[in-house]
Amino acid sequence: MSATATSSTPPFDVDALLDDRDTRIIVCCGAGGVGKTTTAAALGVRATERGRDAVVITVDPARRLAQSMGLAELDNTPRSVPLPADGAPSAGTLHAMMLDMKRTFDETVEAHADPERARQILANPFYQSLSSSFSGTQEYMAMEKLGQLRQSGDWDLIIVDTPPSRSALDFLDAPKRLGRFLDGRLIKFLAAPAKTGAFRLIGAGVGMVTGIIGKIVGAQVLKDVQTFVTAFDAVFGGFQERAERTYRLLQAPGTAFIVVAAPESDALREASYFIDRLREDHMPLAGIVLNRVHRTAVRDLPPERGLAAAETLETSGEHPVAAAALRLHAERARVHERETRLREELTSAHPEVPVIDVPARPEDVHDLEGLREIGRALAD
Amino acid sequence: MVTGKGGTGKTTLATALALALASGGKKTLLVEVEGRQGIAQIFGRAPLPYEERKVADTPQGGQVYALAVDAEAALLEYLEMFYGMRRAGMALTRFGAVDFATTIAPGVRDVLLTGKATEAVRRRSGDQRRGDQDGSRQPHIYDAVVLDAPPTGRIAQFLNVNAEVAGLARVGSIHNHAAKVMQTIRSPQTAVHFVTTLEEMPTQETLDGIDEVRAVGLNVGTVMINMVREPFFAPEVMASAAEGEIDTEALIQGLKATRMDHPERMARELAEEMTDHARRLRTESAVRERLSGIDHPRFEIPFVDDDIAPAALFALADLLRDQGAR
Repeated sequence: MSATATSSTPPFDVDALLDDRDTRIIVCCGAGGVGKTTTAAALGVRATERGRDAVVITVDPARRLAQSMGLAELDNTPRSVPLPADGAPSAGTLHAMMLDMKRTFDETVEAHADPERARQILANPFYQSLSSSFSGTQEYMAMEKLGQLRQSGDWDLIIVDTPPSRSALDFLDAPKRLGRFLDGRLIKFLAAPAKTGAFRLIGAGVGMVTGIIGKIVGAQVLKDVQTFVTAFDAVFGGFQERAERTYRLLQAPGTAFIVVAAPESDALREASYFIDRLREDHMPLAGIVLNRVHRTAVRDLPPERGLAAAETLETSGEHPVAAAALRLHAERARVHERETRLREELTSAHPEVPVIDVPARPEDVHDLEGLREIGRALAD
Repeated sequence: MVTGKGGTGKTTLATALALALASGGKKTLLVEVEGRQGIAQIFGRAPLPYEERKVADTPQGGQVYALAVDAEAALLEYLEMFYGMRRAGMALTRFGAVDFATTIAPGVRDVLLTGKATEAVRRRSGDQRRGDQDGSRQPHIYDAVVLDAPPTGRIAQFLNVNAEVAGLARVGSIHNHAAKVMQTIRSPQTAVHFVTTLEEMPTQETLDGIDEVRAVGLNVGTVMINMVREPFFAPEVMASAAEGEIDTEALIQGLKATRMDHPERMARELAEEMTDHARRLRTESAVRERLSGIDHPRFEIPFVDDDIAPAALFALADLLRDQGAR
């Protein structure tokens, strides 16, 4: 039996969310290091057990996740995850993939441009930097991939693990920022041939701006950017429009956000920001998954009493194992008290958001069975 | 440079390191670059501006300064410093060019962030800006600069700014600036320290990160193993507890001696906690085994079951110093 939190927050019914056939996209977001990827994978396994045909998109390059799903590695194409034969007859199927942002970008270009134009774009140095190392590209491509999978209609349920951004909010902002930049005034001016209307209107201002940028990054870069934007714009139309389309997909019915957190002050602060932001943007928040919650098995033994009892035994010089067990409990009880306090700070700020606690595990997840156990804990 | 996976205590240990290096009357600068205001939160104070501010005094007259670097502000400062173009910088902001240079252009943002930290490394007293050119006999302003760097997964890319920028900007002042930054980062004066816990994922990221950092020609410093738990029981008790074998009768006798209510039930519940503890530590010792293969110094920092209050930071700093951080 476990000690339970005293708060009156509604429990997060993960099974109900997975069972609802109208749920088509689940987005897991939260700070780095809170177990987001494992949560996404465990949700996939659980959904499959509940009869859904699910695909999990992860952005975590760690091989461990692939291996825990019985695959040597993951790539940019959904791969079938071999499920244990003892599953229920009604079980669905599970696929998993790892986002390769460059390949996704390349494929998007190849799918939309004629071969000659695609070749031009792919060879452009600015495009190569943009597609492999620009901040925001990973988020943009995660959205692009999500849009593609959703549009293909092959997937009953898509579960997305968001990139480990500088802050959780980057996931929502970066695609738009990249779109806004590529569509922006500056880049339009840069891309416009000299002496067109745009240039004459702004006159010397633009000349100065391009001059400074040229000084900072070098003139060749400007040329690369101009060539790229011209070619890309001809193929794709507005970047911003494209980013906004996927953004709207996130607001559509059938999408559910799950905020993943751990009972640590940094992670909870990020979770709190994210909850506020989702509400502002009318993004449907299904609930919070609180990972790595430490529980105590012993009921009704506050840390102070446990320590006092341990000291009594130590003074007497007898029962050393019992004394150490009481000290261990006192430490765990203090951790539990602290986590409960942090949890209540979050739930009192967001009393209407359902929460599910996932207990900390003494061992790391190695296989599907481990993911199934977390899936069960999620549905507890 | 201090890096680590999210949740491992990177900012806390970077702060403790800055305190440790300031002992004995030294002066250090603690720099953060991710806009999280983590340093301000640790010291329980208002968000730090883009300005070096004293955040702590250490015994024997040491001082720790802190700076939250903002890429946009750093760009404007950079333009003013090298071109005297503050007003032009403002115009750039209006055109979205600062977005271009700091958020979008690869490496430029990182060069600006690391550039600020490396400039502080080179700065000497008696000169405000170009300490590396004039007054080279003057002492350095800071005895050490500690950078709370991005997480392990991005550290090699973040620090390898020269390669990133060189790939795009082959000429131009940012290219020259990057070369200078890289010179300081590659020098023996700079080392990348990795913070990890005894869990598999942070440890794997640390091992990968060490390889990546070495591959781009940077120096690896120490591996700081954080939140190390001590066994509460003798090895033979730990071993059988991990298998779920516990002498519950002995626990019951001990609990009776302290007059606890329901000693039988409590003994069963304590046994559950013992098993959990023993399994966790068994996992941790397997992870520690993997870390023992690396040929860099390892520091160990014990688990603390509470928030790290400013006072506890000094204790952490002492711990780091005792293990050789100086």
